[in-house]
Amino acid sequence: MSADAKHVDQPTEFMFDAVSEAAIPAIIATYPPGRQASAAMPLLDLAQRQMARLTGHAWVPRVAMDVIAARLGVAPIRIYEVATFYTMFHLAPVARHHLQVCTTTPCWLRGSDAVHQACKAAAQANPDLFSVEEMECLGACVNAPVLMINDDLYEDLDGARTEALLEAVKQGEAPPAGSRIGRRGSAPEGGPTSLFMLDAADGATS
Amino acid sequence: MLSDKDRIFTNLYGLHDWRLAGAQARGDWDGTAAILARGRDAIIEDVKASGLRGRGGAGFPTGMKWSFMPKQSDGRPSYLVVNADESEPGTCKDRDILRHDPHKLVEGCLIAGFAMGANTAFIYIRGEFYNEYLHLKAAIDEAYEAGLLGPDACGSGWAFDVRVHRGGGAYICGEESALLESIEGKKGMPRMKPPFPAAMGLYGCPTTVNNVESIAVTPTILRRGADWFSGLGRPKNTGTKIFCISGHVNRPCNVEEELGIPLRELIDKHAGGVRGGWDNLLAVIPGGSSVPMLPKSVCDTVLMDYDSLRDVRSGLGTAAVIVMDKSTDLIRAIARLSAFYKHESCGQCTPCREGTGWMMRMMNRLVEGRAEIAEIDLLEQVTRQVEGHTICALGDAAAWPIQGLMRHFRPLVEQRIRDYQARTAPRVAAE
Repeated sequence: MSADAKHVDQPTEFMFDAVSEAAIPAIIATYPPGRQASAAMPLLDLAQRQMARLTGHAWVPRVAMDVIAARLGVAPIRIYEVATFYTMFHLAPVARHHLQVCTTTPCWLRGSDAVHQACKAAAQANPDLFSVEEMECLGACVNAPVLMINDDLYEDLDGARTEALLEAVKQGEAPPAGSRIGRRGSAPEGGPTSLFMLDAADGATS
Repeated sequence: MLSDKDRIFTNLYGLHDWRLAGAQARGDWDGTAAILARGRDAIIEDVKASGLRGRGGAGFPTGMKWSFMPKQSDGRPSYLVVNADESEPGTCKDRDILRHDPHKLVEGCLIAGFAMGANTAFIYIRGEFYNEYLHLKAAIDEAYEAGLLGPDACGSGWAFDVRVHRGGGAYICGEESALLESIEGKKGMPRMKPPFPAAMGLYGCPTTVNNVESIAVTPTILRRGADWFSGLGRPKNTGTKIFCISGHVNRPCNVEEELGIPLRELIDKHAGGVRGGWDNLLAVIPGGSSVPMLPKSVCDTVLMDYDSLRDVRSGLGTAAVIVMDKSTDLIRAIARLSAFYKHESCGQCTPCREGTGWMMRMMNRLVEGRAEIAEIDLLEQVTRQVEGHTICALGDAAAWPIQGLMRHFRPLVEQRIRDYQARTAPRVAAE
């Protein structure tokens, strides 16, 4: 469970807006007929993204879960248990920029403590703008330490680079996701040690 | 060292176009219909002959797994499910396939799906991989538009659909039956086996779950021949593998290499060596967080493949190499992993639900040294009570890192306890 939902001011109404409604038929059609319960997770995600879009805070209010249950024809408890099991569904509002710091061993070995510190300081100074969550392995270990801001992963960080990144975000910029030291994907810093035979133009083996 | 002409993932680093045109220029989707025309049995025989073993951790022979699927449908559809819920600490290889070579995976889905009699594949991608999901989705859309997927995939006469389901941030959904539960719209709690997924999997239908890398390498194997693939690596440990080298190396990276490459060569050639030189190495976790660590003395000579690592009581796992130099507090490194498993336990089985929390709290005390020496044995005993006593392997995965620490570095843990005791013992007045 991502947050304690007990002390949250829950809205009394939720409706999927036109943008969300437009996406729903394709989501339900992803699964075989009669298996629409499978759409619980994508619809929770859709509701959370709608909340982010309309209120600036990504989260899933309780009433949205009820709407999803009714839409899918399942008991509300089926949606509650999914929403509380998966950590990506926020049961309480997060800030506009939700800072998800990976602190699992591979990131920790490369200095995630400093990244975490920088994020906590930024959130303390700007609680309306930033919220922080400590994450389990984000799956980018060779670019450690990493920080995920909303949907984007920022890589090869340290304390100072994190501060600079958050300052840019604070100024309203949208820094490009990826390495902060100019690495190409997961290639070693300074350039690959393999795949030299490729023609740069089309990537075909020469 | 593996030569570039034998590398499968030629866009591993995303230096080239990942879309359909770029993928086709690199040889993907070439003669797919002709491969399908060989027939189901011939494809499975080829994959068996190649010696391909599952790339997700368990190392089960892929061709044999496919052969468990029913040859004749009893009216239920069959499903191929691809496990792209990459969350094992240290592992970030599937991410590169999804974002830089998605067509290898999509083409692999068609071939594998055809071979097991499935008309639908579900790819379960971890929720945090949002941008990777966008690439994968775009690749699938391109494949439909080009007629490579759909009612007559590649003009083969075989109808094939690829669907994507995004996860929600639960490591346990990388366990195949938890993954199936999750696609069905439930909490990701593993199922009892039997029945195995090949008999009763997704929606109660015959299902095979494969790792992204296992599926993505099959088109190349079938194009270049089983002999080519089985000629790489070592007997029973054939082919190439993407290694993820993280931690205390000079240049962490992903790289595709031959199975059986010496660990030291892998680190020195591709990752710029251990920080401070090889002699500064303390320990390596060779296959993702779930496998026991190895001390330097073993790392000096060990080969990176399934059987060599099993022989030294560790495992290849996902081939995620986590390197720790002499500055590392190994106890804290393992304690963090214990916290990971505690966080990710689904809570279904008592030994795991209670044991992971107990082991984490014990490890946290050992980081400080706030324990009795005898408690090391107690902790080991608890790991044995969790291991093998749960529905899925998460309990084992939580136990093994601690066992590895105690097996190779017990004196370090004892020293930490003695230091703490010396620091906190009541001062005795000098005589």
